[in-house]
Amino acid sequence: MATELPKTDVVVIGLGAVGGVAVLPLVSGGLNVIGLEAGGWFSTRDFAPDEVRNNLRDWPQQVAKAKNEIPTSRANINFEAAQGGGHPMMNGVGGTSLHYWAQSWRLNPWDFKTVSETTRRYGANRIPVDSTVEDWPFSYQELEPYYDRVEYALGVSGNAGNVNGSKQANGNPFEGPRARAYPMPGLRSSGYTDMMSDAARQLGWTPFQGPAAINSEVYGNRPGCFYHGYCDRGGCHVSAKSSTAVTTIPEAMKSGLLKVVTHARVLKILNDADGRVTGVEYLVGNQVLIQPADAVMLASHTYENSRLLLLSTSRQFPDGLANNSGQVGQHYLSHHQGAPVIALFPKNLNNWYGLPAQGVAIDEWADDNFDHGDLDFIGGGNLWTYTDRKPISAAKMSTFDRVPNWGSKWKAFIRENADRTNVSYIQKTTLPYRGNYLDLDPQVKDKLGFPVIRITAEHRDNEKRIAAFTQDRMEEWYRAAGAVQIVRTGLGGAMGASTHAYGGTRMGNDPTTNVTNAFGFADEAPTLGILGGSVMGTSGARNPTLTAQALAWRTAEHL
Amino acid sequence: MSDDKKTRADEVEGRAAQSLSRRNLLKGVGLTGAALMTAGSGSLSAQSAGAMVSPARIPVREAFETLTALESANLDAFASRIIPSDENGPGAHEARAVHYIDRALAGAMTSSREQYGVGLASLEDYSMQSKGTSFHLLPESEQDAIIEAMTQNAIAGYATLNSGFFNMVRTHTIDGTFSDPYYGGNRDFIGWDLLGYPGVRAISSPEEVSQGSSLAPSRQSAYDMPIHTKDPVEPGSSSTGGAAHGH
Repeated sequence: MATELPKTDVVVIGLGAVGGVAVLPLVSGGLNVIGLEAGGWFSTRDFAPDEVRNNLRDWPQQVAKAKNEIPTSRANINFEAAQGGGHPMMNGVGGTSLHYWAQSWRLNPWDFKTVSETTRRYGANRIPVDSTVEDWPFSYQELEPYYDRVEYALGVSGNAGNVNGSKQANGNPFEGPRARAYPMPGLRSSGYTDMMSDAARQLGWTPFQGPAAINSEVYGNRPGCFYHGYCDRGGCHVSAKSSTAVTTIPEAMKSGLLKVVTHARVLKILNDADGRVTGVEYLVGNQVLIQPADAVMLASHTYENSRLLLLSTSRQFPDGLANNSGQVGQHYLSHHQGAPVIALFPKNLNNWYGLPAQGVAIDEWADDNFDHGDLDFIGGGNLWTYTDRKPISAAKMSTFDRVPNWGSKWKAFIRENADRTNVSYIQKTTLPYRGNYLDLDPQVKDKLGFPVIRITAEHRDNEKRIAAFTQDRMEEWYRAAGAVQIVRTGLGGAMGASTHAYGGTRMGNDPTTNVTNAFGFADEAPTLGILGGSVMGTSGARNPTLTAQALAWRTAEHL
Repeated sequence: MSDDKKTRADEVEGRAAQSLSRRNLLKGVGLTGAALMTAGSGSLSAQSAGAMVSPARIPVREAFETLTALESANLDAFASRIIPSDENGPGAHEARAVHYIDRALAGAMTSSREQYGVGLASLEDYSMQSKGTSFHLLPESEQDAIIEAMTQNAIAGYATLNSGFFNMVRTHTIDGTFSDPYYGGNRDFIGWDLLGYPGVRAISSPEEVSQGSSLAPSRQSAYDMPIHTKDPVEPGSSSTGGAAHGH
């Protein structure tokens, strides 16, 4: 029997990268907020420099709720969907912002207006067949103040490229205009990144240190980065990484208006006869509780946002909350961030210490920053090369077909080359398509008996052509820096579960093709706000978190 | 000295409760963190009495947790061919990668236990049938030939002696050889020395980074760092262990 608790103004489901940001503008507006988080609290003591824990045993995946809800995945309907070994979700106060790479980009203005800008410049026939891409319901300029607020509230380091239309040295020459510089300069360079920057300049490109939600110097009461090398899937041992657990959540708690409830697993979002949401039902231990609220902000991972809506059925919403339009789960995409190029250099790179966010970016081949007139795709990729090397992954380096992968010859090879290789990171414009979607798996269930989400999605020609094109650019860059051998990997196929997951509750002006309105509230349930990558209709060529956080701030402020 | 460090790391994990009380005792004589890890083993009283003197090398005393004696002997021989001891230094045997695997199979890798049991049994059956003796007693050249055939899926009649089994053993041998010594392998930092990795540290300055593999190794486990041990936080101290004030 469920126990009904006293009513509150707002319930936030999930205190991660986006819910953890939204609580701050909510309490600033004087609202009483209850934050329900499926995980618990972590501290700096939990975040040891331990490759086994972080990268082999993957502690973020061992959290109780998410590991029982691993999505199933298939490329298309001709395959049976299967559960993979891993998943990108996280339970814990701070969520994925505890352990992510913390690259904190603003999207390019083109990403907001992909359809109209492509049509204007190249003609409507250049939008890929079968893509369901739409322009966002607003432009980059609308989101700029919210990007700014999040950059300052969290602490984002970076070198501005465009302040109010004035180009800045050392920044991204292609970024949209920003009202002011970052609160901190970019993270420091290294011998390796300096070498790559020099090579890029030889090619006539403009290299720059990308932005990161990691302090480059003391910010508030938190120190600058210690560069110890265990940032990838690691929490920060000195809280230099600006996760919501050490920034916006404690700031919001100071108001006394935010109550955090941990190990709370939301089972259902409730609604009344008029279709308005009335609160949530959740589980703590064996207890089922009902938390009534005037508004609900759904802020779990992209997969769980769609899943919880689809599981929240009622007389008013027989196919799931806010899904009478049939749009929940549609326009899904996983960011194309694979297909790396791997280089071998003839000398040690001194990359044993550093972090994925300490790198060099090239934006010449991203978005619509170059002429696509004679090309067979739209969009592009951001080239990123970075410092980060840990011993187990170093020993598993590519053999570049020079030696077998075991025995004395292999041992001699890794002894010589462990610090001489680099793997690029290229994020590519990825579009939504008909046939790519999320729904409830008809067979696989979690331990409570609820179906897990099923991903049916594959990369299409546009993404694969970008992958091939950007691999060429990346190889040029590595060669210019002195690489002696290059390995390329496959161009893409099934999308699978990804840390960069978008769509399912897309935001837009047309309620027949979207789930939320331009402010992130459900068209069919106007006091239900939806936060996260699930509202984004395009990926851009860079990490999604800052954009999702800026959108979350805007939605929360609008309430 | 590092041999003892390794042994100590094992004990600290395996006997957390005793370790905690010992640690508190050692704190009373000013020994914590890395110093604790280099102290000799033995009973609690011997530990505290002898902690200040440099101990002689202590023999390794420990049980296999899941593997049988024969399984461990064959797996050790297998791992030793993947990362041999040779002119480039010690290998998986010296790093005690199999000790890492044995412990992991009792915990984080329990789901692989069956595959190890079946694969190692087949390896023994095949070796006995075709060579008349156990795999671990074969000359290295014959062990290599069997492993090579395994990677080619070329051992007829032994379905589990295939590239899948090889890849699993290879992966875990690498994991054990190059992991933090806390987990039972990488003894004496053999793996990290082989790669030129100068070890875990809480902070790296630009000058240290630029030295690359020439940087003096830290010679510590992540769990030698006081802020990451299981010691309770001292009342009044910061939960960050003070490290946040260092930069």
